[in-house]
Amino acid sequence: MTLNADLSRRIYTDMWRIRLFEEEALRQTSLGTVKGTLHTYCGEEAIAVAICAHLRDDDYVLGTHRSHGHCLAKGAPMDRMMAELFGRATGSCRAKGGSMHIADFSRNILGANGIVAGGIGPGTGTALASRIRKSDQVSVVFFGDGAAARGPFHEGLLFGSLWKLPVIYVCENNGYQQWVPRKNVAVVDSVADMAASYAIPGVSVDGQDLEAVYEAAGEAVDRARRGEGPTLIEARTYRFYGHSLGDMEEYRSREEVDDWRENRDPIKLFSAWMKERQWLGDDEDEAIRAGAAAEVAKSVAYAEESPLPDPEDVLTDVLDTEWRVSA
Amino acid sequence: MRTIALRDALREALHEEMDRDDSVFVIGEDVIAHGGPYTVTQGIVDKWPDRIFETPIAEAGIVGLGVGAALAGMRPVVEIMYVDFITCAMDEVVNQAAKMRYMTGGQASVPIVIRLPCGPARLVAAQHSQIMESWFMHVPGLQVVAPSTPYDAKGLMKTAIRSPDPVAFFEYKALYVSEGEVPEDDYVIPFGKADIKRDGEDVTVVAIGGMVPRALEAGIALEDEGYDIEVVDPRTLAPLDMETICESVRRTGRAVVCEMDSSFAGTGAEIAAALAEQCFHDLRAPIVRVGSPHVPMPFAEELVNVTVPDSAAVCGAVRKVMA
Ligand SMILES: Cc1ncc(C[n+]2csc(CCOP(=O)(O)OP(=O)(O)O)c2C)c(N)n1
Ligand SMILES: [Mg+2]
Repeated sequence: MTLNADLSRRIYTDMWRIRLFEEEALRQTSLGTVKGTLHTYCGEEAIAVAICAHLRDDDYVLGTHRSHGHCLAKGAPMDRMMAELFGRATGSCRAKGGSMHIADFSRNILGANGIVAGGIGPGTGTALASRIRKSDQVSVVFFGDGAAARGPFHEGLLFGSLWKLPVIYVCENNGYQQWVPRKNVAVVDSVADMAASYAIPGVSVDGQDLEAVYEAAGEAVDRARRGEGPTLIEARTYRFYGHSLGDMEEYRSREEVDDWRENRDPIKLFSAWMKERQWLGDDEDEAIRAGAAAEVAKSVAYAEESPLPDPEDVLTDVLDTEWRVSA
Repeated sequence: MRTIALRDALREALHEEMDRDDSVFVIGEDVIAHGGPYTVTQGIVDKWPDRIFETPIAEAGIVGLGVGAALAGMRPVVEIMYVDFITCAMDEVVNQAAKMRYMTGGQASVPIVIRLPCGPARLVAAQHSQIMESWFMHVPGLQVVAPSTPYDAKGLMKTAIRSPDPVAFFEYKALYVSEGEVPEDDYVIPFGKADIKRDGEDVTVVAIGGMVPRALEAGIALEDEGYDIEVVDPRTLAPLDMETICESVRRTGRAVVCEMDSSFAGTGAEIAAALAEQCFHDLRAPIVRVGSPHVPMPFAEELVNVTVPDSAAVCGAVRKVMA
């Protein structure tokens, strides 16, 4: 699959859907309608959309605490995601999960994750299931640069490589781990270099360059589907907002943030890239943005009209209470 | 006496103990930036830049290194950003820190303090809201501390740092900003000494950590109904001061045991069982436990509100034992 005009427009639309969904969610937190915390993906959108463009509906995706983008790019319905953030009964997780746990199993989005590196073992396990069932489904695990320090990263990559499992490890290296610059707590600059220890390909790409991510992902997905094993993709990126709500951002300068927003915004860059190829006109560009904004507005209306959860529901979903053994 | 917040009391304890003993050091995620999410480790980097370590996200490593440093004579104070993440380091806590003295026939000492911010706050759902005290109570070799006031937090933290054995130190996130009187001079609070937070005659309400303020609120609300409750705060759960609790129950003849965590197989279960064994004949009504239902913490406020017990739940339990 090469990037043609149609596909590019679809991908571009998804970036706007993610950006505007999150900016609206942030606005809603200031109104008090969205509660809890939010870790936004703004600035990193190119990664999720470029990777998910290669995936089939039945491929698996596992995410992080910063997963609104992963979910939207893999096809989670926006209205149910917004309803989840609003804590409504119609939310993706029926108001039990919230931002850090959004999941949609009907699209094999196995969930955001509040535990750093929490998805890496399970994402290697879905790949093991594909192998056992002889299906050609692949699994994509997204994680931040911070996750590369934890045991599950190392154990997951070892298993993935040892059994040549169809999994793509996608590290979104945004240079920070909460409030700590990666350089203060890491010994190798590039997470891709860590692939060598597990004898799998490690590729580092500019995560703001949608085409670069798209190409690296294409190779990795093909390789996994062919049964040749995992790839570790490191996408260098940047988050435009604070780590989570209430971050005072004392660890980075205003200039640094402005520079990325001005010059390295993946949406601006991809818009220009498409325009260079005559794949996008100014009117179309505006229409795409407006379309995404309208979808976001609809998702808010859906959330607002949705009922609050029934307090009795707090007791359900702990176990499958309908299940019985037949003696 | 001056009034300060619980997080300030903890910070003071750390500073004073670091001043007093060169072997005390701090290790954890984001502990330099901002002094951690709760600001407890603020200011340490300025005074002792070589005795505070901001780490990669690697809880097993953090606790593991802490255990080793403790075995080598240091006194690490470890911050785990949310108690929920201590599960990533359970081997280091359970198999390494806790058993070392016993397995080595008394040769080893592991003076490590593991700070565990816990409990629901700001609707962060199932993986950032747990309490988990009873998990640690069940491990021989661990001391479990859960202060409810700034005064207790400071005195118990100082004791924890001086202790020759591992301490799981629970800090209720919702209490960090709660204020209370704390003297300026040095003091410590021994482990295994409960504190009576309110005197009363009718019912003994044993309340743990974040439930203490709720039990005290209930105490005021119940005055109007003519019930005079006594609130006993065990302060440390291992060791557990059953003597003080039993002494109170012998006077009142009624007991309510409150925890914020799920009451199934929980802290309150241990206290209630010990009361049944030791005070059965003094009890005029069955013991009532207050806790959350046995579910992970949900996200939506409406669901959280029916999960986490409040002062009304304490009042309900008191009415039940008085009926
Ligand atoms: C096991 C674990 N430790 C600590 C945390 C707290 N925490 C949440 S996100 C985060 C930083 C993660 O950094 P990174 O993996 O680079 O992802 P980013 O936030 O930059 O996308 C930390 C320390 C956690 N959620 N889980
Ligand atoms: Mg990062």
